[in-house]
Amino acid sequence: MSPVIDIRNLSARTAVSPILRGVSLSVNAGEVMALVGESGAGKSTIAKAVLGILPAGIRVTAGNILFEGADLLTLPPAKLRDLLGVRIALIPQDPLTSLNPARRIGDQLTDGLRLRAGLTRKQALDKALDLLNDVHIREPERVLKRYPHELSGGMRQRVLIAQAFSLKPHVIIADEPTTALDVTVQKQVLRLIRDMQREHGTTLLFVTHDLGVVAQICDRMTVLYGGKVLEEGATADILANPQSAYTKALLAASPRYDKPEQSLKPVPEALIAELKREIGA
Amino acid sequence: MPLSIIISRALSALVTLLGVMVVVFVLVRVVPGDPIAMMIAPGATEADIAALRAHYGLDLSIWQQFWIWFGQVLQGNLGTSISMKQGVLTIIGQRLPATLELAIFALTMAVVWGGLIALVSTAWRGTWVERAIDNFNGVMLAVPDFIWALTFVLVLGVLVPLLPISGRSDPSIDAGLATQFYIIEGLARGNFAFVWDVLKHMLLPACALAFPLAAVIGRVLKNTMMDVMVQDYITLARIKGLSSIRILLQEALRNAAVPALALTGVQFTFLIGGTVITERIFSYPGIGNLAIDAVINRDLPLIQGLVLTFGIIFIIVNMLVDALTVWLNPRLRHA
Amino acid sequence: MPRDLRIWLGGGFILFLIVVAIFAPLLAPFDPLEQDLMAATAAPGVEPGHWLGTDSLGRDVLSRLIYGTRIALTVAFVAATLACLLGTTLGLLAGYYRGWVDAGVSRLVDIWMAFPPVLLSILLVAVLGAGLTSVIIAIVVIDWTRFARVVRAETLQQARLEYAEAASALGMGRGAILLREVLPNVLPVVLVLLSLEMGIAVIVEAILSFVGLSVSTDAPTWGGMIAEGRQIIYQAWWVLVFPLASLFLTVLAFNQLGDGLRQWLDPMLKR
Repeated sequence: MSPVIDIRNLSARTAVSPILRGVSLSVNAGEVMALVGESGAGKSTIAKAVLGILPAGIRVTAGNILFEGADLLTLPPAKLRDLLGVRIALIPQDPLTSLNPARRIGDQLTDGLRLRAGLTRKQALDKALDLLNDVHIREPERVLKRYPHELSGGMRQRVLIAQAFSLKPHVIIADEPTTALDVTVQKQVLRLIRDMQREHGTTLLFVTHDLGVVAQICDRMTVLYGGKVLEEGATADILANPQSAYTKALLAASPRYDKPEQSLKPVPEALIAELKREIGA
Repeated sequence: MPLSIIISRALSALVTLLGVMVVVFVLVRVVPGDPIAMMIAPGATEADIAALRAHYGLDLSIWQQFWIWFGQVLQGNLGTSISMKQGVLTIIGQRLPATLELAIFALTMAVVWGGLIALVSTAWRGTWVERAIDNFNGVMLAVPDFIWALTFVLVLGVLVPLLPISGRSDPSIDAGLATQFYIIEGLARGNFAFVWDVLKHMLLPACALAFPLAAVIGRVLKNTMMDVMVQDYITLARIKGLSSIRILLQEALRNAAVPALALTGVQFTFLIGGTVITERIFSYPGIGNLAIDAVINRDLPLIQGLVLTFGIIFIIVNMLVDALTVWLNPRLRHA
Repeated sequence: MPRDLRIWLGGGFILFLIVVAIFAPLLAPFDPLEQDLMAATAAPGVEPGHWLGTDSLGRDVLSRLIYGTRIALTVAFVAATLACLLGTTLGLLAGYYRGWVDAGVSRLVDIWMAFPPVLLSILLVAVLGAGLTSVIIAIVVIDWTRFARVVRAETLQQARLEYAEAASALGMGRGAILLREVLPNVLPVVLVLLSLEMGIAVIVEAILSFVGLSVSTDAPTWGGMIAEGRQIIYQAWWVLVFPLASLFLTVLAFNQLGDGLRQWLDPMLKR
């Protein structure tokens, strides 16, 4: 069975430095794949490349991104637009800035339903109510009429999750969706994402820097450093038996809620120096 | 918006208006040139002149005069014009509709034209189209209504006479209207030929007034649109697969309009101020044209009445801009 | 060295005007006041020596145009600079000391802005009596608000920045901080406004001449020529065209200079 997303040898750079150095990874249908790495590792860049929203300063220099057979990088913009929202969707990082402050929740939630799925306004609003229930938002009828600034951060993210799943896409990219939330809310939102993913069988590409998150909901994981893939495989395998020294160091540096007395060890300088040499930085 | 803010704004506006009244009152009474001297018939006696002076209250001290006038204004009495021998309120009432229709016509054109400039320039950002529009707009920003008005008179009125350059309508047409709102009443009565004639007369002066405002809107709105287009919610809209036009108009414009509104409001008050000279150039019978004559004739009551009128218009415009800002920005509604 | 073309073009044209104004007696082919009724309302080039034609009294348009530069530039530089000084001072005080100083200045600005500027200027000149000094005073009295508003806003922002607080911590007096720390950072904005204001001053003088309230009607001003030109527009359109074009180019030059300065000084403006 061919993977839903197949990234082959993707390289990208800014004018002054490389961002991605020949990244290859593939995600199969129904999988939850984590893209793990620290800031600047390139995980966000990969996500943006898939969605076609790379910022002006970043150029793809080599590679393909195959999605259900088509190369997203060479698709004409009109065809790409057809895919976006319907077959590929995004759960963005910052719920505060990702919702239009001047439009009601109901309008924003039903955009896709009305414009791409051809529902009438009433049908779309009914469906939106169902969606809000799915993401466990209380009093959904009132929420539909509200503006984003009237909701809490957690509620806004639930709305964005509902929006992402609304047209039942094949793939959803989650770009650090819990980073901007309170710790108390993070766990609930994560669980929600996992439940909805299981229910719809959506393929999920999960960008994160938090190994705890990876452990909770991701089936497979790809570890990135400096734009290169260091390690890749089933989450359980890698966490139990990390092959790369970097992954080991990451694990040692991550807080373990089941062993709170264990002290955190930062990634050693020498290791970083060696990694940099490895990737040729 | 909470009631307290509305009330405090209204009070503030009234204080400003009071300040305006005081300033103009004092200013006008420092005018050299005796207004009475212009009114007396030859052979009038000292007693006649004194009586006339007393009639207009010009023999009292400034503060007494102000109190009297202030009291009168509160009762709706703006006095009698020295040069035109009619009630000031009546005179202004007759000429105000012409200026209002002109200003609103100009405002509409400016918003449409300026909005288009901003939207097209944003839609084609990064290309030569954007640079061309921005440069063209930059040049337009430099040209004041005075120069536009004279250029139109020259080019479109004389060299290539396409449009009338004086008056409000063809004097030979009598539309038999009850009010001075030619356009509104003309449309209501279905007299389209007349309305067309009035519009032709209004077009050049309105354009002269509109172009500077359009240039300002073009620049300010373009800047706010560019700020908005890089926001996360616009990126998400793109990822939702919405079309460029929809993103521009439905997602971005509402957010971009709000910060542009305040400056547009200020510029609109300049537009209203511009009616003074523009009406003069086009011999258009509004309150702007009237104001110049009033000053030349040292017609104190009329000058005061006109400045008061302009002041009230400015204040109303500012209040409307405030209200519009709240309406467009949901966050302010629940402050 | 600024590379922005607008600074060079705008500034260049202004310099050109300054040269014309200074050397007017040498450049003008005729005496601007000399009337020649035999050659009245002659089209450009018709009468010998009158390149741009004559007006209804037979006066040479080109010469009057050249001498008109003097009035235009005098008003531009003097009025704009004075308005700038007055407005900037009040703006600095309001923005830095805040409190009732700010309340007072802001209220004053509000009242001022509730007047239609042209009407106010006409009123003022009528009060003060026609003449160049009155025109300059009128411009200063009306347009100081332009500077005050912007400088106040800038000062409010600047005064909050770290360097002002640092200076305060070092024991610098408030007046000293205002002059030595805040003012230099506000200066770029002021310079841009000054350039724009010069263009506005020229326009106001032209409008006042147009209404007959500037210098005496005999003296050559662009506004006066425009007024006459409007009167006889059907007979002698050139009397209107040339001063109008000069006015347009002058205002455009000041504007482009201002725009160019704004762009060039932008890295300094960005904090």
